[in-house]
Amino acid sequence: METFDALLQGLVVAAQPGNLLFALIGVLLGTAVGVLPGIGPALTVALLLPVTYKLDPAGSLIMFAGIYYGGMYGGSTTAILINTPGESASMATALEGYRMARAGRGAQALATAAIGSFVAGTIATVGLTFLAPWLVDLAVQMGPEDYFALMCVAFVTVSATFGDSPVRGLTSLFVGLTIGLIGIDKLTGQARLTFGMPELLDGIDVTTLAVGLFAIGEALYVASTRIHAQDTVESVRGSLWMSAEDWARSWKAWIRGAFIGFPIGALPAGGAEIPTFLSYSVERKLSKHPEQFGHGAIEGVAGPEAANNASAAGTLVPLLTLGLPTSATAAMMLAGFQQYGLNPGPLLFAEQPQLVWGLIASLYIANVMLLVLNLPLVGLWVRLLAIPQPWLYAGILVFATMGTIVAKASVTELGILTLFGLMGYLMRRFDYPIAPVVVGLILGPIAETQLRRALSISLGDPMVLVTSPVSATLLGLAAIALIAPFVMKGLDRFKAAED
Amino acid sequence: MQIKTKPDIPGMLVAAGLLALAGLIWWDTTRLAQRVVYGVGPDAAPKVVAIGLALLAVANFAMALRGALPARKRDDWRPLVFIVGGMLALMAILSFGGGYILATAVLFTATAAAFGRRAIVADFIIGLVVGVVTYLLFAKLLTLSLPVGPLESLI
Repeated sequence: METFDALLQGLVVAAQPGNLLFALIGVLLGTAVGVLPGIGPALTVALLLPVTYKLDPAGSLIMFAGIYYGGMYGGSTTAILINTPGESASMATALEGYRMARAGRGAQALATAAIGSFVAGTIATVGLTFLAPWLVDLAVQMGPEDYFALMCVAFVTVSATFGDSPVRGLTSLFVGLTIGLIGIDKLTGQARLTFGMPELLDGIDVTTLAVGLFAIGEALYVASTRIHAQDTVESVRGSLWMSAEDWARSWKAWIRGAFIGFPIGALPAGGAEIPTFLSYSVERKLSKHPEQFGHGAIEGVAGPEAANNASAAGTLVPLLTLGLPTSATAAMMLAGFQQYGLNPGPLLFAEQPQLVWGLIASLYIANVMLLVLNLPLVGLWVRLLAIPQPWLYAGILVFATMGTIVAKASVTELGILTLFGLMGYLMRRFDYPIAPVVVGLILGPIAETQLRRALSISLGDPMVLVTSPVSATLLGLAAIALIAPFVMKGLDRFKAAED
Repeated sequence: MQIKTKPDIPGMLVAAGLLALAGLIWWDTTRLAQRVVYGVGPDAAPKVVAIGLALLAVANFAMALRGALPARKRDDWRPLVFIVGGMLALMAILSFGGGYILATAVLFTATAAAFGRRAIVADFIIGLVVGVVTYLLFAKLLTLSLPVGPLESLI
């Protein structure tokens, strides 16, 4: 019952006109960036961080969550109509969705994606609502050594376990950890890796890194590989409604997708690609019409799209209850909390229940808004794809640099931004994943603090890491997750997500 | 993805870079003073990261030697010059007091050119409009501070 009371309190916060407006702006922006190629929700939150620090924390966080959810909806539109997934989580949707669009059933594909996202998003948000308080109770009892071990699990799963290549994933992670070392050591006040540059004493801003890697790196990469051709957009023709058969074939897939997506998203495994492809193969196996797979089977859109949204909600579970981001977007949302001096975790639930529960309640509202916006307005979103590529990327770079100028108007900071842009370009060119760098920068310093806290409590005895049962178990899991991909090359087909 | 069989020179450069970074971090820790009674000092985490990077340098080198790197698309370096040049121009204009709008317009034009546009004047005008609109929105409406130059003082 406590949870219901808390959620009701949260609904009161979320239903305030100002917060409703933020949620609306969030879902609109999120859908737009989901549709547009080249920008994902992680970059959008990164771009908005500097311009929102003067706003109300609850409102901006509600907006960020709306962007995250909206991005998941928007990505499906692009995947279905032009076969270019706006974000990697929509790759599975494109498989059947684009074929449905080619066959003149684009409207039904979009409808099952939107309704499925709504159903699964709502189921997963219910899951978040009830799982979060329980995890918070658990998290309160965790010591610093347990947190450190948990972060080790996140480091490994985000970089090595599900990536294309564990070595490349870990390389990205360690580059991120290195960047996280720059600046003043919080415990002893000594400067590390600053090389006498006063600008580096405060450390590297996570927004500068994310904007450089995602916006400028992506622009450099796309420009240099000359992927210039405008894509052809499949038009939406014929009946706009799903037939009774479409409904009958979709609803089970939605629910299965939700139950595949949510737990995988909630585990510190990172990315929505695993659940979406898993859902795709499950639907293919269970379908009464397996012969239609590869020719536009509606279950193949309904399931992955549901799994996609459910995993986005799942990612918020470790983020809110443990302060543990497992995707690039979640990492940027953590940076959003930190910009207001808030640290997600059990303490935040105790100290700022209005804010946390307002955020959770707003997710229900955002889902309804997205359903209403997406079904009738799909034609409008498609028109965004008509923006010529040069202007689109020029606009992205203008916003990218503006964010940095607003945050720190210094030439040094813009220089760092450009360097990260070049790094992002080289990483794309040589096929190193981007997300582990961001997670490494944001989690590295936290992990170090927890480890040093644990060791100073234990008077320097490192055995504390294995004598605590939670920590020992988690470190064991991390070790297995690190070794497994080298042993089983079969995991190769699940590739790490960028957003 | 195709697998190349020849040893990969850029891959080896990546490995060398990682090793150099590891050495740099290790060297940096030698300057740190130990002021901790219990537990680990400020040099522990950098050392762990340095060792990790060194190991990864070896692993990357091994991959490059076997040529086990995904095939890369051939790419064109000229767009890079345009975009990086645009960023440098932006920094130069801002540091000489040219203001946000002008700097933005130059960056906009350079990026559009990197993507194959050749209508410099038209793009510059669009860039100015984008600059004015974002300036009004963020500096006036959201009261954020953006660098002021001659154009901004007219608004």
